[in-house]
Amino acid sequence: MKRIVLAALAAVAAMSGSAFTAAADPVDDKLVIDDKEMIIRAPAPEGHPFEEVMSGWLFREAETRATEADSFANPGMLAVEQGEEIWNTVEGSAGKSCASCHNDAAESMKSAGASFPKWDPDSKKPINVELQIDKCRVKNMGAEPYKFDAPEQVALTTYIKHQSLGQPVKLDLASGEMQSWFDKGKDNYYNRTGQLNFSCSSCHEASMGKYIRADHLSQGQANGFPTYRFNTGGMVSLHNRFRGCIRDTRAEMPKAFSDELMALEVYVTWRGTGLSVETPAVRQ
Amino acid sequence: MATSKPRVKVPKTASAGETVVIKTLISHEMESGQRKDKDGNVIPRKIINRFTCEFNGQPVFSCDIDPAISANPYFEFSAKVPESGTFKFTWVDDDGSTYTDEQKIEVK
Repeated sequence: MKRIVLAALAAVAAMSGSAFTAAADPVDDKLVIDDKEMIIRAPAPEGHPFEEVMSGWLFREAETRATEADSFANPGMLAVEQGEEIWNTVEGSAGKSCASCHNDAAESMKSAGASFPKWDPDSKKPINVELQIDKCRVKNMGAEPYKFDAPEQVALTTYIKHQSLGQPVKLDLASGEMQSWFDKGKDNYYNRTGQLNFSCSSCHEASMGKYIRADHLSQGQANGFPTYRFNTGGMVSLHNRFRGCIRDTRAEMPKAFSDELMALEVYVTWRGTGLSVETPAVRQ
Repeated sequence: MATSKPRVKVPKTASAGETVVIKTLISHEMESGQRKDKDGNVIPRKIINRFTCEFNGQPVFSCDIDPAISANPYFEFSAKVPESGTFKFTWVDDDGSTYTDEQKIEVK
């Protein structure tokens, strides 16, 4: 008798499972921000596991999508405003602000958000926007580097990346040793880890579009970071999100900006090639 | 975010008697008073507890806000504009500070 009940339960579970999958497909919608249409679906680059890369925006609830589409309602724009203030604020012993050298960010940072991480010949490593800011602060401004996820670091990164809103992500993997970091990042992406024995690909590739608890699994794209999240009511940086995902697999979290996570940033950013920069995106 | 900064969106012009949409957003952590810090001490409540909008001194919209409202509260409402004038927006913080903003609208 017990066996029959269990079998019946399993059948119900299987049915509800398939119903969930159907409801979990990404939406068919357009994202227009300030009259600019974002590229939220793009043909995947060669060697990509998917045929089409998709923005995480397509996987979110209608209200969340609407908040990102309205640049006034988007609370991430508060970080952009804060970042603009920092851009123009003099700091450090050299008496300079970002604007002293780079002038108008709308011009000088126009493509930065779509092309980082880049190869940094000085450190012989890839460099992202956060570390480039620190490099500038130390070398040119005579200021202290930011602590990881300091509100100023997140706001300034958001402001800089926002200047590329709408531009398609494109990395230069031919410069320096970017390719070998890409390969390392790819290894990390597919490496199962933690007590749950998950790799990035377990959720964002094999189970993309399905639900994990109440969370609708997207392709895990990096194009909207730093992102405003409703669950924390604040901005979340890419390395914070990486660490959060890794924590959820119950693995030890690598440090932010460690070689491991920098390699992952190179690879994951590449997986979103062709998607518009959406910073600051809005997610749940 | 250390200081609360309001953002308000009101159309610059309207026709007499037109209903316009007003959007407001203010940066605020909206600390609920329910959370504890690392040492187990309650983090004191600090929220915006009231929001009002006036047009030429006449009340347009007001509400009391409770701790369940999330960070960076956003309000959107509509108002009829009978004449040219000024919308005044006020947010009241638990600590007694008020944040204000004014926007002029011209009736053509």
